[in-house]
Amino acid sequence: METFVQQFVSGLSTGGIYASLALALVMIYQATHQVNFAQGEMAMFSTFIAWALIQAGLSYWMAFLATVLIAFVLAALLEFAVIRPMHKAPELSVVVVFIGLLMIFHSAAGWIFGTSIKEFPSPFPKDAWYGGQLISPHQVGSIFVALCIVAALFTFFRFTTLGLTMQAAAQNPASSRLLGINVGRMLMLGWGLAGAIGAAAGMMVAPVVFLDPGMMTGVLIYAFAGALIGGIDNPVGAIVGGFLVGVLENLIGTYLVGTELKLSVALVLIVVVLIVRPAGLLGRRIVQRV
Amino acid sequence: MSSLLEVRGLKASYGATEALHGIDLDVHEGKVTALLGANGAGKTTTLRAICHFQVRTSGSISLRGDRIETRTTEQIAMLGVGHVPDGRGTFLGLTAEENLRLGSHSRRNKNDIAEDLERMYGYFPRLKERWAQQAGTLSGGEQQMLAIARALMARPSLLLLDEPSFGLAPLVVNDIFAILRRIRDEQKVSVLLVEQNAQLALELADSAYLLETGRIVKHGSSEAMRNDDAVRRAYLGE
Repeated sequence: METFVQQFVSGLSTGGIYASLALALVMIYQATHQVNFAQGEMAMFSTFIAWALIQAGLSYWMAFLATVLIAFVLAALLEFAVIRPMHKAPELSVVVVFIGLLMIFHSAAGWIFGTSIKEFPSPFPKDAWYGGQLISPHQVGSIFVALCIVAALFTFFRFTTLGLTMQAAAQNPASSRLLGINVGRMLMLGWGLAGAIGAAAGMMVAPVVFLDPGMMTGVLIYAFAGALIGGIDNPVGAIVGGFLVGVLENLIGTYLVGTELKLSVALVLIVVVLIVRPAGLLGRRIVQRV
Repeated sequence: MSSLLEVRGLKASYGATEALHGIDLDVHEGKVTALLGANGAGKTTTLRAICHFQVRTSGSISLRGDRIETRTTEQIAMLGVGHVPDGRGTFLGLTAEENLRLGSHSRRNKNDIAEDLERMYGYFPRLKERWAQQAGTLSGGEQQMLAIARALMARPSLLLLDEPSFGLAPLVVNDIFAILRRIRDEQKVSVLLVEQNAQLALELADSAYLLETGRIVKHGSSEAMRNDDAVRRAYLGE
């Protein structure tokens, strides 16, 4: 029973990271109907930037903040310089560009920062003040960070004019332009936000899996599974899906298939969801009367 | 009388196909101008061309004397041109009220938005009942009302209305035109109304243009157009 609870809780903690990255995927999908396969590598690259900043002597939270900002700007620039010129290109070309970006970030990280595995600090204390063995402070911390991101985004989209405008630009770009909304700028903003969220997820996962150019490859697949389970067009679904995948991964890994096959669990989940319920658990079917 | 909108020699094309072959048109301050014509005459294209929206254009378009034909769609909206597009442009996944709030995006003065919302609910009580509902679940007539109210939320100086009667039951059309009459009398807005239903349009408008295959073939006061034999035969079904 104790193993079960422990696995469950640690699943929640990795689930929080999957949820954050899934959220980043969903943000871009909602705006452009494209899945950014480079999202994980962008997060990894940002985490390397954080690592370099910390090496340069910045305190953890300063580096965290700076990285989130840099990641925001980097992703927004990427939208402007690479993705925007592709907006009339066929779907497949865009996918190829995403895969290209994935490889560029992967190689660039190795080239700039080296391919050796690095330790990445956790901002949370090593010893649990609550004395429990069940869950480490970093796990509690990363769940907390994930929930903060969710709360911030929810507030932003639900209660601010800019958030509403971004949703409008994603849903109906043509009609948005007639209202004077600069759709391109909104897309750039969306990419920036996704990049920033990804960076936060990367910095939360790095202390657990250690920092190297390949660290996000697996995480992206889990995040993708989470996004699909929740419904790729639904932010709430992405959160629920991310946590669900984290927990399922741990429990199935412990009791059924063993840790080596954990990643396959994510892949199986993706396939099953696509076959059985392509819209996901909470996928929004926009009701429309004609 | 001063022209709010002055269109001269306007041509518009979709790719290689020219849909407007050089038209002249004026919308006067505070007046309703109707643009009549059959399907495919170029009415919707005219409205799109004014907003530089999804068509290539040449010729000149002036708003209050300033040339706007090289501006982007977004800029033209920011200058106070409200467009109720064909297909209504509803944001299906957002609530009715969110749709209305989006309408105020181009306003410089963001005060009084709540007040304007109430005014819109005054014109369209149906929207008030449905304010929290996903806009995609509204009926066609309600979505048309939503589109008109959304455009008015910008407090536009020029309102472009694309076939407000399209696809709606006659009773609903009557409702909408009754409200349009009220808006005409109560708001300081000039309107360019595109309409296939010439009868309705001429009742609402001060003057009208008749468009045939991309050219203006007639224009005059609504009175004169109503009494024109050719218009009566072809468009008023008499």
